[in-house]
Amino acid sequence: MSGAGPPDLLARARAAAGEVVDPEIPVLTIADLGVLRDVSTEGGRVVVTITPTYSGCPAMDVIALEIALALARAGIPDHEIRTVLHPAWTTAWMTEEGRAKLLAYGVAPPSAGSSRGALFGQEVVACPRCGSDMTERLAQFGSTSCKALWRCTSCREPFDSFKCH
Amino acid sequence: MKIATDSPLALYTLRRADDALILGHRLSEWCGHAPMLEEDMALANIGLDLIGQARSLYGYVAELRADGSDEDQLAYLRDAPAYRNLLLAELPKGDFAQTLLRQFLYSAFADPFWRATLASGDPTLAAIAGKSEKESAYHLRHTAEWVIRLGDGTEESHARAQEALDLLWPYTGEMFEADAAERELMAAGLAADPEPLREVWSRTVDQVLREATLTRPVGGWMQSGGRHGRHSEHLGHLLAEMQVLQRSYPGAKW
Repeated sequence: MSGAGPPDLLARARAAAGEVVDPEIPVLTIADLGVLRDVSTEGGRVVVTITPTYSGCPAMDVIALEIALALARAGIPDHEIRTVLHPAWTTAWMTEEGRAKLLAYGVAPPSAGSSRGALFGQEVVACPRCGSDMTERLAQFGSTSCKALWRCTSCREPFDSFKCH
Repeated sequence: MKIATDSPLALYTLRRADDALILGHRLSEWCGHAPMLEEDMALANIGLDLIGQARSLYGYVAELRADGSDEDQLAYLRDAPAYRNLLLAELPKGDFAQTLLRQFLYSAFADPFWRATLASGDPTLAAIAGKSEKESAYHLRHTAEWVIRLGDGTEESHARAQEALDLLWPYTGEMFEADAAERELMAAGLAADPEPLREVWSRTVDQVLREATLTRPVGGWMQSGGRHGRHSEHLGHLLAEMQVLQRSYPGAKW
């Protein structure tokens, strides 16, 4: 946090940026996802730093646009949105609240670890509908970059699982 | 385009960017045509990851060149001789077996390549590797599963997979090439040495081919030239389709 703006500027900017949601998973804010890395001021100008999830995720352009709109609506037209690649985003940054929201939305949250072990080891994904772990992967590439398609063999419902990254 | 004056680092980055873009574009050709919906989505997803990697890499090339070029210009306004991608990437998509075998052979290289690049002394390359190595791990797993399914599948799928493997094999040597400019970067700790990667690649390929009951082609003469702008006739056709919109309506956005 650097620079000095009006005392409430940073708080207003944080509140506005923090409420932006992922266009593909609208129950999650970019703060829940860990995409929002920092909100600061530099010489009175608001700087919002975000990090992309997947390299080719088309939602990132929309997210940047939504942040700009949210800041403008909060009366902060003078701002900059910076994208940083390092450190690389990981699902380990998803907040507990975010995981709970995903589950309630019907998407199995990513496992807490993000190691290659979790990626290649035996995956156990609990069904977000009935909680059973009698599930199987149908396709590792789902409706968006971040999701895989699974099916529950107990309640027979197909579901999305947020991929560990 | 000032290709000839590119620094070793800019050229190195451009080569990897071109691999990712061209291969990503080839995968996009399956969109709406794959044999099943899940695979349609998988190929599009992998293509999207690669095009995303290309964007980051092109952005860095533009920054290094500092000549006002940008990622769109690099992707849409260069002709074939200015491209530096592997010949493997530009070959036509062929049938499903050819696409999956190509993607497997590339992913088995890209996965350890990006992991090795995490240790690059160049912070931008290391940061791009940080994202790409996670993506390539998924690509490798997915394509390896398909190679096994096709090779150890029906008589026809086995025959087509073997045919694809035999066709693609002479294009695999180029992945491990390093010219003087790249050896300079390796010595400076900026680029990954391809020699140890060849061993990792070879082990992965052998293991998967064995399980797929496919026969590894005998080594031999390898195709080369893409890294220096000498391409097959296929690249021009690909670029014509990929670039037509920007060439016809310069600066168009949608």
